[in-house]
Amino acid sequence: MRYLPLTPSDRQAMLGAIGAKSIDDLFVDVPAQARLDGPIRGLPNHASEMAVERHFSTLARKNMTASQHPFFLGAGAYKHHVPASVDHIIQRGEFLTAYTPYQPEIAQGTLQMLFEFQTQVARLFGCDVANASMYDGSTACWEAIGMAGRITKRTKAVLSSGLHPHYVSVAKTMAQYTGDTLDTALPDLSANTDSVRLLDAIDGETSCVVVQYPDILGRIEDLSAIAAKAHEHGALLIAVVTEPVALGAIKAPGDMGADIVVGEGQSLGVGLQFGGPYVGLFACKEKFVRQMPGRLCGETVDAQGKRGFVLTLSTREQHIRREKATSNICTNSGLCALAFSVHLTLLGEKGLRGLAQLNHALAVQAADRLTQIAGVELVNESFFNEFTLKLPTEARPVVRALADREILGGVSLGRLYPGTDALSKGLVVAVTEVVTSEDVETFAVALQEILA
Amino acid sequence: MNAINQSGWKPEMGNAGETAPATYTGNKALMLEEALIFEIGTAATTGVDLADAPKVAARLGNLERHRDIGLPGLSEPETVRHYTRLSRQNYAIDLGFFPLGSCTMKHNPRLNEKVARMAGFADVHPLQPVETVQGALAVINELAMWLIQLTGMHGVAMTPKAGAHGELCGILCIKAALAARGDPRSVILVPESAHGTNPASAAFAGFSVENIPATSEGRVDLAALTARLGPDVAGVMITNPNTCGLFERDMKAISDAVHAAGGYVYCDGANFNAIVGRVRPGDLGIDAMHINLHKTFSTPHGGGGPGSGPVVLSEALSPYGPLPYTARHADGHYTLIEEETAQECHPHSFGRMTAFHGQMGMFTRALSYIMSHGADGLRQVAEDAVLNANYILRSLEDVLEAPFADSGPCMHEALFSDNGLADGFSTLDIAKGLIDEGYHPMTVYFPLVVHGAMLVEPTETESKATLDQFIGALRSVAERAKEGDPSLKSAPHHAPRRRLDETQAARKPVLVWREPEQLVAAE
Amino acid sequence: MTRYFTEDHEWIEVDGDSATVGITHYAQSQLGDIVFAEVPAAGATLKKGGDAAVVESVKAASDVYAPVSGTVIEGNDALEGDPALVNSDPEGEGWFFKLTLSDSSELDSLMNAAAYQAFVDGL
Ligand SMILES: Cc1ncc(COP(=O)(O)O)c(C=O)c1O
Repeated sequence: MRYLPLTPSDRQAMLGAIGAKSIDDLFVDVPAQARLDGPIRGLPNHASEMAVERHFSTLARKNMTASQHPFFLGAGAYKHHVPASVDHIIQRGEFLTAYTPYQPEIAQGTLQMLFEFQTQVARLFGCDVANASMYDGSTACWEAIGMAGRITKRTKAVLSSGLHPHYVSVAKTMAQYTGDTLDTALPDLSANTDSVRLLDAIDGETSCVVVQYPDILGRIEDLSAIAAKAHEHGALLIAVVTEPVALGAIKAPGDMGADIVVGEGQSLGVGLQFGGPYVGLFACKEKFVRQMPGRLCGETVDAQGKRGFVLTLSTREQHIRREKATSNICTNSGLCALAFSVHLTLLGEKGLRGLAQLNHALAVQAADRLTQIAGVELVNESFFNEFTLKLPTEARPVVRALADREILGGVSLGRLYPGTDALSKGLVVAVTEVVTSEDVETFAVALQEILA
Repeated sequence: MNAINQSGWKPEMGNAGETAPATYTGNKALMLEEALIFEIGTAATTGVDLADAPKVAARLGNLERHRDIGLPGLSEPETVRHYTRLSRQNYAIDLGFFPLGSCTMKHNPRLNEKVARMAGFADVHPLQPVETVQGALAVINELAMWLIQLTGMHGVAMTPKAGAHGELCGILCIKAALAARGDPRSVILVPESAHGTNPASAAFAGFSVENIPATSEGRVDLAALTARLGPDVAGVMITNPNTCGLFERDMKAISDAVHAAGGYVYCDGANFNAIVGRVRPGDLGIDAMHINLHKTFSTPHGGGGPGSGPVVLSEALSPYGPLPYTARHADGHYTLIEEETAQECHPHSFGRMTAFHGQMGMFTRALSYIMSHGADGLRQVAEDAVLNANYILRSLEDVLEAPFADSGPCMHEALFSDNGLADGFSTLDIAKGLIDEGYHPMTVYFPLVVHGAMLVEPTETESKATLDQFIGALRSVAERAKEGDPSLKSAPHHAPRRRLDETQAARKPVLVWREPEQLVAAE
Repeated sequence: MTRYFTEDHEWIEVDGDSATVGITHYAQSQLGDIVFAEVPAAGATLKKGGDAAVVESVKAASDVYAPVSGTVIEGNDALEGDPALVNSDPEGEGWFFKLTLSDSSELDSLMNAAAYQAFVDGL
């Protein structure tokens, strides 16, 4: 077996050194009735590299890939071009096959990268500090709600109707057991967000308001008024960013008063991967740092005074605080954070701004083209690279009909909000730099035919 | 003599006895210092060529970002060099032996990387119509079937994103099961030797946590546990094999006692590598167990993640597992059970715990690993992992105290303590000494039940020659620590950095880079 | 003024019906470099044996318990900027909080300096 270096004679020699007659002697603590006497029946035995690869190739061919088809899906996961050097760097064994940097003297590569990542995320979000990553945007969002509860010692969270419905679901899952109350609502298929509802709901019991920016329908709204009202009542504003590329074009939530900004970093460097692994981004104001979940990397010096980096403020974490920790997270999304950071380093200020501009311009053009189709209306007044169309008919079958023509034509609100009739005609369309004008034309023509 | 070329150089050996002066750059030949991107990049540099954006009237709701973001850019050659230089300051399995106990640092096969990158898996969106992702759903389903068979359990939740998230999943199943029968039990019992995520996960879901003691043999004290059971106890979280590297012999009795008292049994499966193919946890009466795909099933740790933590479930807890999940139909077609169809197919689910379908990129890798080994190979994995650990335990117990060596063989990891070192010397010094010898240290100061714990997990992917050299090195370092060799107190001497000042880092946290002027202004 | 000690390594110096509390020299030496201390706010009511403050080193976090019941008069703000005071002067400048005692008879169960020294020697 190609991954196992011990030879039969090694095994014999080692058993001899241990003083065991057979390998079974080493499993004596397993009660007899639980010991299996041979390989589990009904399962195949080992396979060659070629055989395994062939199996996966067969399965891979059964999926319709984003790069090979006109592709317009977003709603929390975006298709961007990832430069070739990103994948090269994350496949270096020294990054790929390292563990969490518990021994800083021999993990400066990972640690410095994390310090750079934290700084990039903090700046992108307009916050003072950021952590070394969470699992994904949805879990980061719940962690932020929990953190706001610890800071304010209150348990009521007000969630915007524009928050990704899966993020809302994750929060609901947790809240049913933690005693938190969530004030939620469904979005309207209109240009108006529910900021009036949010402003009304904030009171002296509110721990936080959670607003997605841009929101699930792609709408963009100034968060300053919500921040001001929240702060007036001792509550925090949590902003959720599922498309970080947008922040190359629009104001950072932190600059509009958000106290905690969380997000999904998948857009940069990570790729679609059918939903995971992704990378949760988590940033906040400096004064809240001791309530943050997850790992933090900090700068220090070594015994000879040279700059170096270590994991720090660990007393917040599970390995020290145990049941009193700020979170149970241990393994996070280190390698995805690296991919994010490398991609953002390649882009830089100039590249990110250019990329954002390009995304926005292509989305504007696509929205204009698609709304030429009779009966198709644009819901948004504002958007970045994703907008919602109102079709004259239910959107979900349309998406399937488009897929039959090998066009991946957006996410229907029927998929995201099943059973909500008022939203069933909504189609969320994302347009990034990978979309060509031919793609838009193909999409538009097919959509027109299907709707006819 | 007819010289063809007389300008060639003459080899000179120089004086090897000379000590090395400090270099101008701070570099030491192949050991290269690297500045931060903020110090070498500029706002005007970029490593990406983009098409010009067509001119359109912006529809950004008047929220244009005018202020500089502060993101430095690097060209592609600078980027590749920056990260390549950083990478060389990391220790990694690809470089050498990495016996980090409880973390299962085994070889990461490159076939796994290749299949995970196939466009059919890497380049599909989680919300595509299910007809367009049948192959991806097949991978999830095939892996799920393997995990069920290998553990002898009833069902499996595939969405948890890492071990701790899996613990949370199991704990939420217990919460949901209790809620379904209107039972307000609120306490989870956790052994003192448990990993910190266990109590943290239980608390995260709103349980209170109580410790249960261990016996002098390093196992759960069954009598103490049984005595504590009662109508307020929702369940226990037991790690098996446990964090002392021992199999919990009484596991079945523990499960029976907990069940008899109306509770559930969560098993932390981080150490499944020791028993895969030889023991099915389902035969020991457990209700839920997470499996760290990034440990037992070789998906890379990536310097801290990502991981993946599927949770196998008993018949009692399966109805409560999370959404979404995949279902295979008789005709070979796959569907996704999400909120919409849950009412019909999975009405008791506690709900969603992450946005999408779990760590697809880890599923492909883990399935590739599992298929490569097969049922026979996985059994061999457990046997070699246990053999390697016992070889280390027996080869070093004369020089390092092994607190549970008399309890019998260990499983996949060998545990030592720092008793018997010279005054003022501790586990930390041994760890740092090992760095100079070219090894990643073992897990230190965990589990908490042993003083100055050193937990050595070799895994099955190490050769006997590697183990023999490591045993020699650890013996040598341990002897220096027993003799009180002062040079050990300042180790490592040969790493990219000497010991780092963690006190300063924690007292005055510097978590992001600031321009030097900003620092001055803040003073 | 009299100083008492607990088995959890807190000291309390009583002056009339108010007192100052901190952790002992032995406690700080066990914890190592202190990097953070969280002290209770004025007005907080404490119960004997209950959590009163938190003290953290790089790799450990500990609760500081109230040696007696009472109401907090002030926490030591100096510890926020300079937690190292707990290492350099644990039984002086590195105090944690002052409180008014609600039941001075609770002092009876505490140790005096000699008894505490003997207790520590026995550890
Ligand atoms: C025994 C044990 N339990 C749980 C965990 C947590 O797993 P993860 O880091 O994947 O969240 C770990 C790993 O760190 C572990 O060693």
